[in-house]
Amino acid sequence: MAELNLVEAVNQALAHALEHDPAVVLLGEDIGANGGVFRATLGLQQRFGAERVIDTPLAETAIAGTAVGMAAMGLKPVAEIQFSGFLYPALDHLINHASRLRNRSRGRLSCPLVLRTPCGAGIHAPEHHSESPEAMLAHVPGLRVVMPSSPARAYGLLLAAIRDPDPVIFLEPTRLYRLFRQDVADDGEALPLDVCFTLRGGTDLTLVSWGAMIHETEAAADALAAEGVMAEVIDLATLKPLDMATILESVARTGRCVIVHEAARTAGLGAEIAAGLAEEGLYSLLAPVQRVTGYDTVIPLARLEQQYLPSVARIVAAARRTLEEAS
Amino acid sequence: MSTVARFHIEHVRLIDAEGEALAPLPAFARDPAALVPLYRAMYLTRTFDAKAIALQRTGKLGTFASALGQEAVGVGVAAAMRAEDVLLPSYREHAAQLVRGVKIEESLRYWGGDERGCDFSGPRSDFPNCVPIATQVCHAAGAAYAFKLRGEARVAVCFMGDGATSKGDFYEGMNFAAVWKAPMVLVVSNNQWAISLPRSAQSATATLAQKAIAAGIDGIQVDGNDVVAVHHIAREAIERARSGGGPTLIEALTYRLGDHTTADDASRYRDPALVQEQWALEPVARLRKHLLHLGAWSKAQEEALAHECAETVNAAVEAYLATPAPDTAAMFDYLYATLPVALQGQRASALRFAPHNGGDHDQSS
Repeated sequence: MAELNLVEAVNQALAHALEHDPAVVLLGEDIGANGGVFRATLGLQQRFGAERVIDTPLAETAIAGTAVGMAAMGLKPVAEIQFSGFLYPALDHLINHASRLRNRSRGRLSCPLVLRTPCGAGIHAPEHHSESPEAMLAHVPGLRVVMPSSPARAYGLLLAAIRDPDPVIFLEPTRLYRLFRQDVADDGEALPLDVCFTLRGGTDLTLVSWGAMIHETEAAADALAAEGVMAEVIDLATLKPLDMATILESVARTGRCVIVHEAARTAGLGAEIAAGLAEEGLYSLLAPVQRVTGYDTVIPLARLEQQYLPSVARIVAAARRTLEEAS
Repeated sequence: MSTVARFHIEHVRLIDAEGEALAPLPAFARDPAALVPLYRAMYLTRTFDAKAIALQRTGKLGTFASALGQEAVGVGVAAAMRAEDVLLPSYREHAAQLVRGVKIEESLRYWGGDERGCDFSGPRSDFPNCVPIATQVCHAAGAAYAFKLRGEARVAVCFMGDGATSKGDFYEGMNFAAVWKAPMVLVVSNNQWAISLPRSAQSATATLAQKAIAAGIDGIQVDGNDVVAVHHIAREAIERARSGGGPTLIEALTYRLGDHTTADDASRYRDPALVQEQWALEPVARLRKHLLHLGAWSKAQEEALAHECAETVNAAVEAYLATPAPDTAAMFDYLYATLPVALQGQRASALRFAPHNGGDHDQSS
């Protein structure tokens, strides 16, 4: 078992998929000789050839669109969009075709593609390199949206995404690519999609987050534990479809919930989770649900991005609010 | 100063508007018996088209996009395809779809608002109608890549209108297929109108075929009302793609004699006198005249064909009108391979309020 960072775990999952399934092909800009701008595909073209690891012309629309055609004809394309801010030209194909092909053809054709893209802020990147587009993608019927928060989950969830018979958008938190290492077995074991992971148990409140913000959320849980408050931490992992059952079960025990995400607040996934709690879990709530999110602003350039991102202090403050209001 | 690139675009026409051969015809066209199936397919398409419009006008079909006047493009190209090739149509290619084996009642179901119409019993790998403009060009490039990677002798044949050549998807898809030397043929049914926008306002280029030059592939313009020329050019392009020669862009010059769709009124933006002039060039009469010149067609055969097509279409209409309403659950049952747990409650709710369970929605036929 090797200690890998998240981007190495992505590479290992891609290599495993290419090795074991001849239908898998990778495509994207700079993914071949260059190994991807973040090195997620490092060495794969040399190992599996330029026909299966395809350096495409610079065109996001066609990267997504050709992946739709490949998938419909029996390949399992894993397309890379270099940064999530460049995803938008691909949305026509994701929304109008990838997500609908099975339904449109009554199951005659399907679209088992994976579209990978780095996402999120915190690495001092240029404009359009720090977006968090998960909510707009999660709004699309027929898509799956997945975001790992650790190397091991990146490996297992990416394998699951590639094996899934439907289109999956796989959002990789750029900030986590090289943040820490973890033992990741290259055993080909997929992790389940469509379920949350409870990272630690707790009795006093539930903290819900995903992607890079899991790490501030866990740090907040540590800070709260130092004060004697036991927070349960849930990593959504699959953002669409959403596993509300796990969240409801947790909140039924804790009575309090704080949702943390770095994407802008309005119509974000935090609103969806809060609505789910209001519809199905209202009587177990001892305090109003709190959201700690990015602001409804353009994600600022590097000098202000840390002030945009939810901090441990903001999460702890929100947790205290839920604890105080009902005490 | 030196010239670093030069190009020319050929225009191909084999039979003129009076049905006269302009030059010795290609081998396949010298046997009239080989041309009759093309005539029958165009005639059937036109019969179907007229019936579909009548159904829409009487409230029995949804919005419909007529192929009136451009039957030769779909028929000529599709007749050059093998069963294992894949058609990626826009929404106006009933002619090609009928030749491929899509049943008329299936097409009517689609236009009648029923996704089961896209579950063709015939060409199972063909794509459903593509409503967004030019996105199918990218899908065709991807499909063609899949064929090439697996070493399959299959070709992706993609149809679009003249307006599609203004979209980025058209160029991006063509460019990818060209770089990959993928087995793909692009067919532009240049019917001169993108709803109300005339060809002259669509592009400043002298031809749409020359857009191929920017992608480094062959472009050719053909008289799209001359089914013999269309079929000839399509055969060459499809076989070149099949044998590793890469993509070709075919611009088929034709004319949309009808409205854009049944929701459109072309008289708002189009001079009826110009449309009348175009009727003199239309493809069905042209091939009929040619067959008559050859002595290979008779009034009796024409009457028999009219009767046969009417019966075929009427039987399909009856089958379409007798189609039972779709299951409410079908909204959910084809969205994902396996319905996610998160959607099971919504499915149950839809069923609870479905008409057959006493819901208050009207049951549509």
